[in-house]
Amino acid sequence: MHIDVGTVLRGTVCDLYSNLVTRPTGAAVRTAIERQVTEIGAPVVTTIDFSQVNLLDFSCADEIVAKLLLRYTSDGGPPGFLTFRGIHEGHIDPIETVLERHALALVSWHEGEAELFGYVDDDERDHWIVVRDAGPVAAEAVAQTLGVTVSFAEAQLARLVHRRLVMRSDDGYAVPGVVHGSSGPLPGNGQAVQ
Amino acid sequence: MTTVISVPPSLDEHTFEHVIEQLAIAPEGSKILLDARHARWASPYGLTALLCVAQARPERIGFAVPEHPETVSYWSRTGFFRHAAELYELHGSVPRAREAHESDVLLEITPITKSDDVHGVVGRIQQKAADILHGQLNLETAVTGSFGMALSESCQNIVEHAGLGGWVAVQTYKYTRRLGRRVVVIAVCDAGVGFRKSLESSPGHRQKDRWDDAMALEDAVLRAVSRFRHGDAGRGQGLAGIRRFVGRWHGKLTVRSGTARIGIVPEWDEDVPMTEGLPYFPGAQMQIIIPERVGDAPARARGSTTSSRGRSRF
Repeated sequence: MHIDVGTVLRGTVCDLYSNLVTRPTGAAVRTAIERQVTEIGAPVVTTIDFSQVNLLDFSCADEIVAKLLLRYTSDGGPPGFLTFRGIHEGHIDPIETVLERHALALVSWHEGEAELFGYVDDDERDHWIVVRDAGPVAAEAVAQTLGVTVSFAEAQLARLVHRRLVMRSDDGYAVPGVVHGSSGPLPGNGQAVQ
Repeated sequence: MTTVISVPPSLDEHTFEHVIEQLAIAPEGSKILLDARHARWASPYGLTALLCVAQARPERIGFAVPEHPETVSYWSRTGFFRHAAELYELHGSVPRAREAHESDVLLEITPITKSDDVHGVVGRIQQKAADILHGQLNLETAVTGSFGMALSESCQNIVEHAGLGGWVAVQTYKYTRRLGRRVVVIAVCDAGVGFRKSLESSPGHRQKDRWDDAMALEDAVLRAVSRFRHGDAGRGQGLAGIRRFVGRWHGKLTVRSGTARIGIVPEWDEDVPMTEGLPYFPGAQMQIIIPERVGDAPARARGSTTSSRGRSRF
């Protein structure tokens, strides 16, 4: 499922706005996104697209990015994974600031490549990179690549799954948004795995 | 008897203290005349703070407009008299209100009372801000988004905390006295409840041994404390973001509230980080100054390269 935040903004708050600023605006956009996800029925991967958003301030980053992720990663949160795309230079500071504030991280797609933003420790980051580069991949292969025990790799991968930064399937672990069986990741607009 | 308060010839965040000093000793309920006849120059902070003076007293204050035609013309272009006419009893000749066309008035004085006003301000200023920040101040293009963000967050402080409408103005000019370079200045002033009372209204607020305006400013500006933090860990990031923005571009941030004033002071300025024991003035008055980049020296984004897309991207 692909959600264009710019379209949500204009359809929800004001059709003249292209800037995601102020907390009430962020709250209104998040509520509309949550409503869309609920109506569709919690797809496997939901991609939140910021490419039509000009300016993003801290308040909106907190209301939209942080609160959506907090909901997904909380106990009893909706199933599925959130990924992001269209995050440009001007969005990075507010997004990373709110991610660090809440100890959150997200997967973003940029020019066909998955990126990890936010609060992750070195072990999580190392395991995530292996999964991104080799996924779908089994825990044994990740352990071998990193030179760690299988149980350690499994523990790290379980943490990443719990944080919705990695998804687990019969084929192994993969980064959300990657098409299984393809030679590379899927960057396309609205083409993520459903 | 009328108390006459002299407006200094050059009105900025420092000389505005003379206005507050005179206002503080004016008896409650007395007739007051703000005498700006000899004023020649005013920063955006000076002009927006002057509007707050009218909000700070219950009685309607008189205002003698500047005598010099250039001054009165410039103040008019900033939109000052349009708002002052609603707040003050004006004395003197004021030119007919007109739109600001001068390129140095990046954003004329604009009232902020609700969230929509913030959208309006950010939307109106964007292209012009990009032209000036990049074109005139020689800053990297990345500054434009951060500038809009700082503007948005500083205006939201009024909407969320002041309990009373305030004012914002943005201007660019040559900061001759301290820097000798062009700067862009954001001034956001209100005469609302101020930081101390705002933080005291939080359910999580605990009275400390020492608690005053200076402590409240330190909490809000340096420690990102917000009255909304209780139950929402995401609050309080706006001022922290402004502080980072100012640090990144070698700028200066000052916030005055109640009887104290805090400053994030760059190497090019000699201001002090904290001033206490000032005469009381309600609300919060904020100023952000971003200087022109000269050569490769100041105002360069940290770790900035053409391919940089974030500090923890993997």
